[in-house]
Amino acid sequence: MVNKKKYIFDDPKNIKRLLTFLYACCALLFILDFVIHRHVFHYWENLWAFYPIYGFVSCIVLVLIATWMRTFLMRPEDYYDDEMKDYKKENNQGENLDQHNMTKMGEHNVDV
Amino acid sequence: MWMFEIPPFVPFFISALIALATRGLLRGTIMVIIPIVSALHLWMVPEGIHLQFTFLEYHLHPYRVDKLSLLFGYVFHIAALIAIIYSLHVRDTMQQVAAMMYAGSGLGAVFAGDLLTLFVFWELLAFTSVFLILARRTPRSYHAGMRYLIVQVLSGVILLAGTLFYAAENGTLEFGYLGLNGIATWLIFIAFGIKCAFPMAHNWLTDAYPEATVTGTVFLSIFTTKVAVYALARGYPGTELLVYIGAAMTCFPIFFAVIENDLRRVLAYSLINQVGFMVVGIGIGTSLAINGAVSHAFNDVIFKGLLFMSMGSVLHMTGRINGSDLGGLYKTMPKTTILCIVGAASISAFPLFSGFVSKSMVMSASLENGYDWIWLMLLFASAGVFHYAGIKIPYFAFFGHDSGIKASDPPNNMLLAMLIAAGLCIAIGIYPAALYSLLPFDTDYNPYDATHVLAQTQLLFFSALAFVWLNLKGMYPPELHSTNLDFDWIYRRILPTALQQIFSTIWKIDNKLRQAFINKLDDCLVFISTRNRRLSSLLSRHYPAGSMVMWVVVILACYLFLSFID
Repeated sequence: MVNKKKYIFDDPKNIKRLLTFLYACCALLFILDFVIHRHVFHYWENLWAFYPIYGFVSCIVLVLIATWMRTFLMRPEDYYDDEMKDYKKENNQGENLDQHNMTKMGEHNVDV
Repeated sequence: MWMFEIPPFVPFFISALIALATRGLLRGTIMVIIPIVSALHLWMVPEGIHLQFTFLEYHLHPYRVDKLSLLFGYVFHIAALIAIIYSLHVRDTMQQVAAMMYAGSGLGAVFAGDLLTLFVFWELLAFTSVFLILARRTPRSYHAGMRYLIVQVLSGVILLAGTLFYAAENGTLEFGYLGLNGIATWLIFIAFGIKCAFPMAHNWLTDAYPEATVTGTVFLSIFTTKVAVYALARGYPGTELLVYIGAAMTCFPIFFAVIENDLRRVLAYSLINQVGFMVVGIGIGTSLAINGAVSHAFNDVIFKGLLFMSMGSVLHMTGRINGSDLGGLYKTMPKTTILCIVGAASISAFPLFSGFVSKSMVMSASLENGYDWIWLMLLFASAGVFHYAGIKIPYFAFFGHDSGIKASDPPNNMLLAMLIAAGLCIAIGIYPAALYSLLPFDTDYNPYDATHVLAQTQLLFFSALAFVWLNLKGMYPPELHSTNLDFDWIYRRILPTALQQIFSTIWKIDNKLRQAFINKLDDCLVFISTRNRRLSSLLSRHYPAGSMVMWVVVILACYLFLSFID
């Protein structure tokens, strides 16, 4: 039976509403920066919209650097799997044991 | 009262023994009751040294209670109870026993008044926790567990060496302020640093935690690193080096977390990031900073536990944990989704959640003490942690593209455990005074002034905006099946390869030498045989037979000679 139930984010309108809400919050916080009197420790904090800009820019820099790091750090998922080759070769019994346990892996119910 | 002399690790070790002998409901009941009773007992214990004896001319204090150790004692009890409830459905004696022993070892370590007792519990932490990794019973977890054990035992051995040096230098084993002044304290510092996941010594954590069992990871995230934080707070407050180490710890893991696919490994990286905040606080060393560090440890145990529990539930119910395989689970696991979001909001330090009331203390302390650049790094890390732990984890697991996985919310005991943790996250966030009253230094800190709240909310909302913008632009790195190289590449790949090559060269040279020696020996034999040809032809016309006869004669002659000696 196919699940026909509609969920909240199946409707693109709701996603749009959520995003609009986020934009509105950001705008409000941005304005509040000029309304609320803040007592600051450091002159950087007095800079125009310091926190919003710092938050936005640092996240973008973070993602760009992380994406760039992928170019030299990323390897296939089984990159380290050859460490386990010896273990399996040496111990055929071990392999059977592994398969035996693999079936239970999700549950970890070893007692029963 | 005699009751006061029972250190809190004793009931846990006893319950481990009971767990060994019991099954099912009885075991579950005992395991739940023990931490509650032990916590109530601890609540009544006054400060001071409650147990001491002399061993090989050293005064040992296995049970010392003060405000710092009490705070960790309380949170370990709370977290142990939550984790035990979370793992009530597990039917694996090895895990249950190991978990109770592990919790007991953690408690023993924070109440240890001398370095030798600390060492004993330090090693027990390693040996008991490794079973929570091995209990997954896969080749991968076996190897990760062994690597974990090697690193942990190494840390213990360095601690023991440092302790012996310290005892020789100072004639005492008391565990108080140590400070970096000499080989003994440096060794102890390194030992603490390894367990605390200092940069380049951090891979045991990101390697082993995601390979442990669903419930095991929750236990693991509670004790080991926090014991190390406690030990640093006790031994090295105000050590400036820690400020820089901590700042590095807050920043570098977030890059790895953004590109990591295994969501429990993302959490492991974020664990290092959060511990970094604590290490910075300890390094600054003012009363505000230390308060911030230990209260953040308190909160981190609970919200990190909650996040590990929610990801554990996903793994338990779907059998998958990679961000690339998950998505859309909010439809079928709505309760887990909400609880995970509470954890995510807490770790991101949203106002009214627990992370906010403790992290802001460390941030304020760094500004007040003139660590401007460190403060900027912490601010960057705060934005970053929201980016990957606050948004990425819930987004890729519960929202994002619909993976179509049929799942349901986890069993009730798991939900209850998460509910308790989530309740605590919100309660501490709303009423921080309760937590502040437990802190080692008196404080009148108020996190909820307009400046702090506005600044933090702005930072977080604009980080969220950046996530949305990057996602809409398609610039956000997609979740990919991959292994990302980290520092462990050095000892898992470079070192073995280098050693392999060195040894293969050595074998080659060795082979050549042997061959040359054999050739020379052959030449010698040929030479001798040519010299003895005449003799050979006397005995037999054929060279081998002649040679054999000659050697038989030689052996018989030897026999004759030996018999004369007798």
